[in-house]
Amino acid sequence: MSADGAALGARLRERDLGAAPAALNLIESTAPGDREQAAALLRELSPAVLGGEAPAHVIGVTGPPGAGKSTLLSALLHAWRARGRTVAMLAVDPSSRRSGGSLLGDRARIDFDPADSGVLIRSTAAGERLGGLARATRAAAGALAGAFDVVVIETVGVGQAETEVAEVADTVAVVVQPGGGDVLQFLKAGIMEIPDVLVVTKADLGQIALRTRRDLSAALRSLGSSATQVLAVSSLPPASGVDELVDALEAHRAELDVAERRLAARRSAALTDFTIEHGEQGLRAIGGRAAAQATLGAADPGLDLAALVAMLERSMS
Amino acid sequence: MSGDHSPRLPERDRPWMMRTYAGHSTAKASNELYRRNLEKGQTGLSVAFDLPTQTGYDPDDELARGEVGKVGVPISHRGDMAALMHGIPLDEMNTSMTINATAAWLLALYIVAAEEQGVAEEQLQGTTQNDIIKEFLARGTYAFPPAPSMRLIADMIAYTVEHVPKWNPINICSYHLQEAGATPVQEIAYAMSNAIAVLDATRERLGERGREVMEQVFGRISFFVNAGVRFVEEHAKLRAMSILWEELGRERYDVQDARHLRFRYGVQVNSLGLTEAQPENNVQRIVLEALAVTLGRDARARAIQLPAWNEALGLPRPWDQQWSLRIQQVLAYETDILEYPDIFEGSKVMEGLVSELLDGARAEMAVVAEHGGAVEAVSYMKGALVDSHRERIRRIESGEQVVVGQNRFGESEDSPLTADAEGGILVVDPKLEAEQVEAVRSWRAERDQSAVDEALAALAAAARDADGAENLMIPTIAAARAGATTGEWSMTLREVFGSYRAPTGVGDAAAVAPDGELSELRAEVSRLQEKLGRRPKILVGKPGLDGHSNGAEQIAVRARDSGMDVVYEGIRLTPAQIAASALQEGVHVIGLSILSGSHRELIPAVIDALRDAGVTAPVVVGGIIPEQDVAPLREAGVAAVYTPKDFDITRIMRDIVELVGAGAGESSVVVGSAANGSA
Repeated sequence: MSADGAALGARLRERDLGAAPAALNLIESTAPGDREQAAALLRELSPAVLGGEAPAHVIGVTGPPGAGKSTLLSALLHAWRARGRTVAMLAVDPSSRRSGGSLLGDRARIDFDPADSGVLIRSTAAGERLGGLARATRAAAGALAGAFDVVVIETVGVGQAETEVAEVADTVAVVVQPGGGDVLQFLKAGIMEIPDVLVVTKADLGQIALRTRRDLSAALRSLGSSATQVLAVSSLPPASGVDELVDALEAHRAELDVAERRLAARRSAALTDFTIEHGEQGLRAIGGRAAAQATLGAADPGLDLAALVAMLERSMS
Repeated sequence: MSGDHSPRLPERDRPWMMRTYAGHSTAKASNELYRRNLEKGQTGLSVAFDLPTQTGYDPDDELARGEVGKVGVPISHRGDMAALMHGIPLDEMNTSMTINATAAWLLALYIVAAEEQGVAEEQLQGTTQNDIIKEFLARGTYAFPPAPSMRLIADMIAYTVEHVPKWNPINICSYHLQEAGATPVQEIAYAMSNAIAVLDATRERLGERGREVMEQVFGRISFFVNAGVRFVEEHAKLRAMSILWEELGRERYDVQDARHLRFRYGVQVNSLGLTEAQPENNVQRIVLEALAVTLGRDARARAIQLPAWNEALGLPRPWDQQWSLRIQQVLAYETDILEYPDIFEGSKVMEGLVSELLDGARAEMAVVAEHGGAVEAVSYMKGALVDSHRERIRRIESGEQVVVGQNRFGESEDSPLTADAEGGILVVDPKLEAEQVEAVRSWRAERDQSAVDEALAALAAAARDADGAENLMIPTIAAARAGATTGEWSMTLREVFGSYRAPTGVGDAAAVAPDGELSELRAEVSRLQEKLGRRPKILVGKPGLDGHSNGAEQIAVRARDSGMDVVYEGIRLTPAQIAASALQEGVHVIGLSILSGSHRELIPAVIDALRDAGVTAPVVVGGIIPEQDVAPLREAGVAAVYTPKDFDITRIMRDIVELVGAGAGESSVVVGSAANGSA
């Protein structure tokens, strides 16, 4: 028996955070009955019903393993809660290709008060989809954005992860540890998109952290991107740079045309989902990538992701 | 060789120091136990502290619930330490303390207790375990992040070399690495790498003075090792360690004096191999393991404590511990092992084994060095240990490695040893915890509060000073004298240093290729996934302060290998944390592991918290759970209980999958209409 999606969606819309776990269970489910209910849930939180974009600031945080993401997220969590923001974190972990199972270890490293009902942390496995966000993560982020003030999507990787996360986040922060040469090389070579914010962790390491920060700033300048801020953060006591990072993230969003970015993200995500579902062959059946983009571009901005994918599927026949 | 042709020593060797790892309930009760043990011929003390003391919490802290006086004695302040050592002359006694994160504090209390007896600190003899790296790797009773933990250790070494010269400030532990699954090569390599990290940190901390006293510092470092039942190879391991240690001293630290280059170690033999099934067989195992550390004179232990036969069942009673002491005494006083020079000298087999181990250990030490040393390599070493432990379990499951009475020769008569009402173990009176809570509160009420505040402020200031100008032992001893408590000392430092969670190692464990049984299980998990709509998701965690996470880690890794999504929460969780995680993660089943004996208090508390949060997912429990506690746990709502005799983890997984399958169709999370609302 499936939970009542529309009711859960309505509760989230009313910012009832207690509805979030059950809503996520539904959104993650592939059972046919659940899929229908999940669609109903998401409809309740679509721009059309909300009368605009969901109010949360959706932030993607990504970076290589060991860069210090969990520690950074702990520090951010405390800073946001100190400012009275409710926070949902979606931590995406890779799955084992061998067993299909996964070890979701991150939440153990994020320090939070279990009695604080203004915080939700949910780990999800990336699932069978290669290199990407969990199938349900975008939908989950979209739903939680109707209820929480801040929604964080944490992913692991460099080069691909920030592109995927950009399909849902308003602001993408890439986390680099001192001496982390990959990010610098990937930026210069154009393998990775330029993120909205770059964070150098472990600033307590001193010189090496400063040098990394300087190198990244220089690379950005040479790429002609002055908008991206590079910040150094130390999460160890005495913590430093965390408030500045919170300010920088907020400043990025304040500058942003949220409606436009979300709309572009939804359309791009719809095309990605459609291609995963139907392949290149399916894409040709609807007249190719450009035609699909045109169809999506003409769609009602109030439609949610599922509706956009459905629209593309209708044009297949 | 002594004498010209005599195969004997001119004079029989003195026996090693004999100890029993002991302590429980209260300082007073433990003091009585120590005095009785000394009367029985024990020659040194080995203090077991309870988990709140080891991790820096007072008995009235939320995290201490159910743990006070369980696996050791609670020591909250100098009054407790004085009671623990009452009537024991500290100028004569040699006391070993299994204490790590809070070692500086407990040594300070010991120094103050001696002061009160009129004994000066330079007369004190003994050992503080004080090895934090292995706490991150295997034992889990850490309190502060790595860097400040290393500073505390270096400060203790610097202080004791000068003021408590007969004290061994640190015992580098390979013991717990073996318990966590280390192979002999890993045990040697990681222990030596750990020692290098400590010595380097101390040399740096001592600065200019370092060059002068490094010789003495090196000479004060001792080891705490393990010995398994493969006792020939285990003996070779100890010979290999002495060779590496001497080499390290000469080459890296320029130590000249032969006395300082000697590899000194104490030992507790293997607990991992002790079985719950036919527990009387553990006596043979313990005897053979004791031979590993006594047979060859060139690598003989300085101090030995033997586990009791019933450790896999629960806490040993004084009688059980006496039996283990008597094993040592028979070895030392009845047999002839102390009459000969080294009996393996010239043995080709022994030389071959040693050289094999040396090659392996040197290669593995190089890998750790490439990671930047033991502190930086904690995550790498942890992952490697989880892998080795899994391999060990696989061999036992498949029958490749025989464990008598467990995976072979299981037929048994009923044992008269476990026939009494308690099942042959010690049961700590649960009322004691409330008494200790009262006691620490009245201690706080009766002391000079302003002196304590001042002392703690001075401690905080010394800790905060980025240059670390003051040795932290100085304000620590002052705080002990002023009457501060264990919880206050560590909370003061936690506020400055921050808290820390060690890597779990499970994320780095390699995914195994499935054998027949695991493939079947994966197919079952896939079918269940269809039914549930989501991949079956399990939460694995350890409530309470017990940091022995090997079992929980193996369950987590096997669940992943069975195809489940696993939320591994690690150690030291409150019931509220477990409930919040289970709710937020939408798990289908919850696995809890507990080895400290606090399951009777903690498991029902976790279940209450889960049900209050609206989580209806079933709970399974694993750990050292005495037979008579199983029924009460089931009544409290536990779906299944697993103990050390359930060594087949794949079978446990199959049970869990069935359990989830039986509940499928119902929603595992019930969200009440009384919403939490936004905060």
